Amino acid sequence: MKYIDEYRDSSLVKPLVEELKKSLTRPVRLMEVCGTHTMAIFRNGIRSILPDGMEIVSGPGCPVCVTSASHMDAFITMAEIPGVRVAIFGDLFRVPGSNGSLANAAARGALVDVVYSPMDALDLARGNPEDTVVFLGVGFETTTPGIAATILAAHHEKIDNFCVFSTQKVIPGPLEALMQDPDLNINALLCPGHVSAIIGAGAYQPFVDQGLACVVAGFEPADLVNGLILLAKQVGSATPKVENIYPRVVSWEGNKRALAMVEEIFEPTDMEWRGLGVIEQSGLAIREKFHEYDAEKRFDIELVPTEEPKGCLCGAILKGQTVPPQCPLFGTRCTPSTPIGPCMVSSEGTCAAYYKYGSDDS
Amino acid sequence: MCLAVPMKVEQTYGDPDDFTQDQIAVVNMDGVSRKIRLDVVDRWPEVGDYVIVHAGFAIHSMIEEEAKKNIELIREMASHMPEELLLAGDDT
Repeated sequence: MKYIDEYRDSSLVKPLVEELKKSLTRPVRLMEVCGTHTMAIFRNGIRSILPDGMEIVSGPGCPVCVTSASHMDAFITMAEIPGVRVAIFGDLFRVPGSNGSLANAAARGALVDVVYSPMDALDLARGNPEDTVVFLGVGFETTTPGIAATILAAHHEKIDNFCVFSTQKVIPGPLEALMQDPDLNINALLCPGHVSAIIGAGAYQPFVDQGLACVVAGFEPADLVNGLILLAKQVGSATPKVENIYPRVVSWEGNKRALAMVEEIFEPTDMEWRGLGVIEQSGLAIREKFHEYDAEKRFDIELVPTEEPKGCLCGAILKGQTVPPQCPLFGTRCTPSTPIGPCMVSSEGTCAAYYKYGSDDS
Repeated sequence: MCLAVPMKVEQTYGDPDDFTQDQIAVVNMDGVSRKIRLDVVDRWPEVGDYVIVHAGFAIHSMIEEEAKKNIELIREMASHMPEELLLAGDDT
């Protein structure tokens, strides 16, 4: 990929790092809210080049990590219904609920298929007419349009052994709720790249009105460092605004075609977030018109409140209140091969990133 | 999870306004061709355009020049650093 390589060109990044140091005139404590940014920042050693006075906090940007334990339990209950075949994105397979994971359920004989796309789940339904295929929808705005399109395709093809268990979530509302926490003390946001491709850079204007500097950035080192420079300048000059340095993918108004597709199939609903609790209108439920594709209605699954694993600090980590090395389980009882909390399971989780790349960020 | 990768469009099938039929593109990444969906892409791509693909769905189309232009902007920014620094000083 020629263009990808261009963005990874280190000769391009080095002067930007110098500029970052010189651009920082006031302390910046920024939150990134995208699991892919979390990993890109670690993988490219961005934390190691941060000048004194600039701090990066990871927010609730990993969809698997913010999936509540009660939803995980409901997923497992769903998978164990005879005649049900659940289709999931791979990240979800080993996430523990209060009593084991989908991997454990699969070992007990539940049918769990890992798919790349929700359309693959629809293919499973076509190929297995004797089963009811339930796609477990875990994701943010980037993933929702594809799920909506898949439901619409099932509707047009009259495929009746397919449905979706939606825990789809939206980013801006919960982020706004999080920013009300005075202890968090964030003054800048590194806004997600591909969520913004759907919702548009304009979605962050309310944060600017609260005084936060906002930059929408891509994932390559030059993109990221450039984003940090602009955030430092905005904070330094006390002129917060939304700057979009990922215009090759993100527009101000977003992807109208995808938004219309989502609007047709889904409606806002209250949703539980791991670590953040229930946030009003932060999730997406399938509209009544398409109720036959709503797995919760089809199977009458009840969400049972559950407790966090003892000692697990994923909740506080997702809110940016603490860092993984502060967790008593981190690296001892909780590792990528024996995860206790979701932030260690997902490849985009903050704990997995700290474990893989080291807490000293070197 | 929200990782999305750019792929070059080799062929498209379907009608952007007709969701009762499949909307599909054959795309190429690193020499490997595969089919992806165009149901939620922002702009129906032409052959030779690039699409950003997430979980089997194109979410954004761009022409080759758009990608090039952005790279040039960042290069330019790096090469004009002294001026940029002066501007940053003025801001504070």
